[in-house]
Amino acid sequence: MLKYELVVVGGGPAGLSAAVEAYEQGVRKILILERDKELGGILNQCIHNGFGLHRFKEELTGPEYSLRYIDLLKDTTIETLTDTMVLEISEEKVVRAISAERGYMEIEAEAVVFSMGCRERTRGAIQLQGDRPAGVFTAGTAQRFINMEGYMPGKRVVILGSGDIGLIMARRMTFEGAKVEAVCELMPYSNGLTRNIVQCLDDYEIPLMLSHTIVKVHGKSRVEGVTIAKVDENLRPIPETYRRIDCDTVLLSVGLIPENEITQNAGIAVDPRTSGPKVGELRQTEMEGVFACGNVVHVHDLVDFVSEEGVLSGRGVAKYLKGELETTSNFSTANGEGIGYVVPQTVNMSNVDDQVTFYMRVRSVYDRHIVRAYLGDTLVAEKKERKFLPAEMVNFKIKKDILSNLADGEIRFVVEEV
Amino acid sequence: MLDVCIIGGGVIGTAISRELSRYQLQVRLVEKNEDVGTETTKANSGIVHGGYDAKHGSLKGFFSAKGNAMYPQLEEELHFGFRQTGSFVVAFNETQEQELHHLLENGIKNGARGLTIISGDQVREMEPHLSKNITKALLCTTAGVTSPYELAVALAENAAKNGVEFTFHTEVRGIEKVEDHFVLHTNQGPIEAKVVINAAGLYADRISAMIGQDDFKINPKQGQYVLLDKDQSFLTDTVVFQAPENGTKGVLVAPTVHHNILVGPNSDYIDEKSDVSTTQDVISKILKAGSKSVDAINTRKVIRSFAGNRASSDRHDFIIGETAVKGFVNVAGIESPGLTSAPAIAVHVADLLKEMGAELTADPNFDPTRKPYQRIAELSGEELQNLIAEEPAYGRVICRCESISEGEIVDAIHRGLPITSVDAVKRRTRAGMGRCQGGFCAPRVMEIISRETGLSMEEIVKQGEGSYLLTKRSKDALERGGKDA
Amino acid sequence: MSKEMTCIVCPLGCHLTLEPEGESFAVSGNKCQRGKKYAIEEMIAPKRVITSTVAVDGGSYPVISVKTQAAVPKELIFEVMEDLSAVMMKAPVQVGDVVIANVRDTGVDVIATRNA
Repeated sequence: MLKYELVVVGGGPAGLSAAVEAYEQGVRKILILERDKELGGILNQCIHNGFGLHRFKEELTGPEYSLRYIDLLKDTTIETLTDTMVLEISEEKVVRAISAERGYMEIEAEAVVFSMGCRERTRGAIQLQGDRPAGVFTAGTAQRFINMEGYMPGKRVVILGSGDIGLIMARRMTFEGAKVEAVCELMPYSNGLTRNIVQCLDDYEIPLMLSHTIVKVHGKSRVEGVTIAKVDENLRPIPETYRRIDCDTVLLSVGLIPENEITQNAGIAVDPRTSGPKVGELRQTEMEGVFACGNVVHVHDLVDFVSEEGVLSGRGVAKYLKGELETTSNFSTANGEGIGYVVPQTVNMSNVDDQVTFYMRVRSVYDRHIVRAYLGDTLVAEKKERKFLPAEMVNFKIKKDILSNLADGEIRFVVEEV
Repeated sequence: MLDVCIIGGGVIGTAISRELSRYQLQVRLVEKNEDVGTETTKANSGIVHGGYDAKHGSLKGFFSAKGNAMYPQLEEELHFGFRQTGSFVVAFNETQEQELHHLLENGIKNGARGLTIISGDQVREMEPHLSKNITKALLCTTAGVTSPYELAVALAENAAKNGVEFTFHTEVRGIEKVEDHFVLHTNQGPIEAKVVINAAGLYADRISAMIGQDDFKINPKQGQYVLLDKDQSFLTDTVVFQAPENGTKGVLVAPTVHHNILVGPNSDYIDEKSDVSTTQDVISKILKAGSKSVDAINTRKVIRSFAGNRASSDRHDFIIGETAVKGFVNVAGIESPGLTSAPAIAVHVADLLKEMGAELTADPNFDPTRKPYQRIAELSGEELQNLIAEEPAYGRVICRCESISEGEIVDAIHRGLPITSVDAVKRRTRAGMGRCQGGFCAPRVMEIISRETGLSMEEIVKQGEGSYLLTKRSKDALERGGKDA
Repeated sequence: MSKEMTCIVCPLGCHLTLEPEGESFAVSGNKCQRGKKYAIEEMIAPKRVITSTVAVDGGSYPVISVKTQAAVPKELIFEVMEDLSAVMMKAPVQVGDVVIANVRDTGVDVIATRNA
């Protein structure tokens, strides 16, 4: 049987950065398993720019960002297997995988990093009703067809959901000669970055219809149109506002879900708030020696923070292999008023260098608000922003010396008025 | 000149084609769509009923118990997917309990097997997630679930192997009786046959009217369904019907043969035979009604909703037999329990041909078996090692949600029926049936179809004519390159 | 008369306010100098970086991703796209390779953003 100190499941930005960091911390026998034919994950189809401003201090496209990491592997002993699918991981951390080239493999791992990323929510998941013609794509599928395979999925497009992928695809399809009729967003605010609304929609006079949804898809063979409607405050369509838009294509950009089949099959529970495994400060899961990072833990909006999580898990792996990873925890975290989730879910202070970054998402748009962290009734720290948006992950850093002075317990994060 | 031409490639037409392939006959099946099982057969409950429900004395009652008994052997021969899960008809009150006794009596008369009435506690002992409000249930141990479109494909592939011809994209537009035979006028030219079997499902009335037999009407009756994620399979592994109350049948919650959970259907007459749209209103009602039997239906676990139309006739029973026009056989109005009855109906139609004077000589080369798929998700490590060593394509996973390999997809494409659509591959291999609903794998499935069949990416459809997926290459340079090559 | 806009230089999306100041504008709300430059440029001659693809022969995919190495005038976007549509690269291509030099006389090169 093959033996490795670390097996990384998924060679996208999270897995690459975890492997590189573990290597820098002294781990030598590392194997990255990637199911696609090349490393880089979803970044390879994200050909737009805006990546890497935090990590590399310059603006890169997706493929350039992943290449930076792939290049880092060259001077290391890290091994990679592409076109390789992990089937499952046993409790003894035996990884079962297959590939056309190598057949069936069993790999014994001392530590495992899960970095499988996420997938898109589909038509079924949002219960979009009406006919079932061809021409309804998730935005990511359309992105792959255009940016990787070199095909156009349609000519006249309505996009449901204003997440960043939807906005980026509105521009991308316009560039390639398609007409984007509208972007409908169920919520009264966009789920994408303001910058993308400006440069992807406003630049090309594509209407962003907030508080609107598609109530019906029309067309027997291929999409012929959609009926859209304004929604009320309970997000229910208002019948008087029904209106038909002719189009041949519907793109869905209605959210992402961490992909945790392998995690769950290994017996690791998934946190219903994040749809990912519960993790500690170094992204250790509840299963000893198993770590998780990136979109498999919770959906990020910037790849820079995916890489940052990869670094944490790489450090965790190194500590674990040296027998230095403390498994108990001093703090658990909780999402109070206005907060959807908090990652990490537990913190052990002896694994912390100088600060802990808590990632979280607010539940709706908050102007003139502040996010505060409490332990019981004690205010621990606070985070100010001009505006909190559900689309933009909140990075809440708390210094080690502040946390060290606290008694163990639950840190609760809440949104409060200024 | 054909001995027999079957119109319609649903589960009835394909079952008849396979049954007739046992004999030395020239048989052709014509289908207007690009594949078998693309209409009613594609979207129904997939239940192999116990045979207690349909009224004794009706054709439905006669064929359903018989058909049920044929499934285990059929599965052994053809490997389409059948599990004898058993079924409950659950009662929540005394009126409904009365109904259980009526069903039991009726079932015994029909020859149904494995029927007992059990208490609510016994029900929950078998399926702990069923409602506490269930007071009694009729248990039928011989009921089961199948995959109707995989059955139609299996029947057709086996029939094709045994000499039946299949022509797709072939729509019958007129039928003429000329002396002792028929001329079928189709969009692909005329077809001559001594016997015509009308298994045209929703359109059987129109076909029958083409030779002047317009004594029945098919009224499409819509059923909408909701499919839940596989991780909800704990809810029940037994089919759960609700006892009828005030003339309405309630909603069923059932495991599928592939371990998803199916909830539905409604049952409403609609105007247009091809309308398979779903509506939020009906879907919500179905989910609500289903929660009566199973408490914990989680609407966030819905991965797909869909609708199918049943070929319900105004005679409210199956219409099976030779018409006043000699040699023209109707097999029409086959609504529930039509799937269950299909194998028995097929045997009956063969007998009918004999009665009509056709010479049915057994074909000594008839092979009743169809090789099963090598499903990598079901293989051990050693089996995988051997399989991939022999055929590396089995080591390449295409559909991640359902763990379907390229090897399985290539196999599906080369089984005797032409493959031109993504959905045809999906129905055969389950690639694209999982959580992501084809988001990841559809582009790769298209590439494999294109490579294996020579169709261009733009020619590959989702399902049916005009359901193209891609409009053109994104770059002029690629369009040019394509033309030069 | 003041003008408001969202900066698109980076994902921070700063909210900018511009006040006329002689021939140019005074910018506030920007967190970096690039924001100021963007705002003024946006008022006088708006520019965008174009990211797209071009056909490639012999690569692992039929297209590779490209970008303009710097922002080009907004009104030239579709003309640049037309030029890109006609290009056929030959593998091997390295990230950074020039795909079209000085595209539409902008002084800006289109370069590959991945290997093929």
